Amino acid sequence: MSWTISVNGKDKSTTIKTIAGLLDAEGVDPAAQFLAVAINGDVVPRSEWGAVKICPGDVIEIVTPAPGG
Amino acid sequence: MVNGRIDQLTIADKSFDSRLLIGSATYPNSQIMLDSIRASGAEIVTVAIRRVSLEGGAETVIDLLSGEFHILPNTAGCYTARDAVLTAQLAREALATNWVKLEVIGDRETLYPDAEHLLQAAEDLVEDGFIVMPYCTDDPILCRKLQDIGCAAIMPLGSPIGSGMGIVNPYNLEIIRAQTSVPLIVDAGIGTASDAALAMELGCDGVMLASAVAKARDPIGMANAMRHAIEGGRLAHLSGRIPRKRHAEASSPQRGVIGT
Repeated sequence: MSWTISVNGKDKSTTIKTIAGLLDAEGVDPAAQFLAVAINGDVVPRSEWGAVKICPGDVIEIVTPAPGG
Repeated sequence: MVNGRIDQLTIADKSFDSRLLIGSATYPNSQIMLDSIRASGAEIVTVAIRRVSLEGGAETVIDLLSGEFHILPNTAGCYTARDAVLTAQLAREALATNWVKLEVIGDRETLYPDAEHLLQAAEDLVEDGFIVMPYCTDDPILCRKLQDIGCAAIMPLGSPIGSGMGIVNPYNLEIIRAQTSVPLIVDAGIGTASDAALAMELGCDGVMLASAVAKARDPIGMANAMRHAIEGGRLAHLSGRIPRKRHAEASSPQRGVIGT
């Protein structure tokens, strides 16, 4: 059974349970440098990407540095 | 001044030879960005924190900059203390730095900071162990409060972001300078080299700019100009300008002129 989560502002139907799995599915290399992830407003350290469980309704942000002033 | 070089800028526990902080956005392309930043002599380079593109990766700015420069993430685009704090925390995770240029914008038209949210975010981030460098208005009271909270530097605007209007209220900056003991860095509004020189002559410790270089006709040339302006302005400040007078005062001797 799949459920809905929000990833970078877009609703997605998924069965993936970990951040590492989600990044992989989104085409983002989980081993890449300079990534950060928050679930429901809390940063999830990289060391927990394989362990933290994604729950239905979670709001997930995946960010990286970009040009800025 | 040692061997013709200006004194170092120290923020928190780090010292820098350059007093220029520079942005990494709005250059014509990545190579001009890199060449301009190198020409400017800046050691601190700001980046924003944005959602990754899930449509596939272009070369990222951080790949070009990391290792060579001290990366200072900003919270540009945040309108609430909550978003700014989370952005800073994400930046800390992504970049392994506890430094942040704190921006909490109140209005899309003016890009003026929201003082209430800025103070709240600064307090939360200082409490959380961040080196906080807030972009703020040139309001002496706000600047004093940000210093009292424990910010590592204060970054008042010269004029609105991207306006190129220079320093519209040098008198306020003088007041802020007099009451501020942490580094004071003019952020925003710099249009050309003389604006940066004026900031330094007023006693500011540094200048942060982006568009003035990135959007100049020749960004690398302007980056060089800014480097010289900031060094010149700093030396002028340290050396002490002469007082302004309403009357002329000849510098050549008045005696021994022929025909007298």
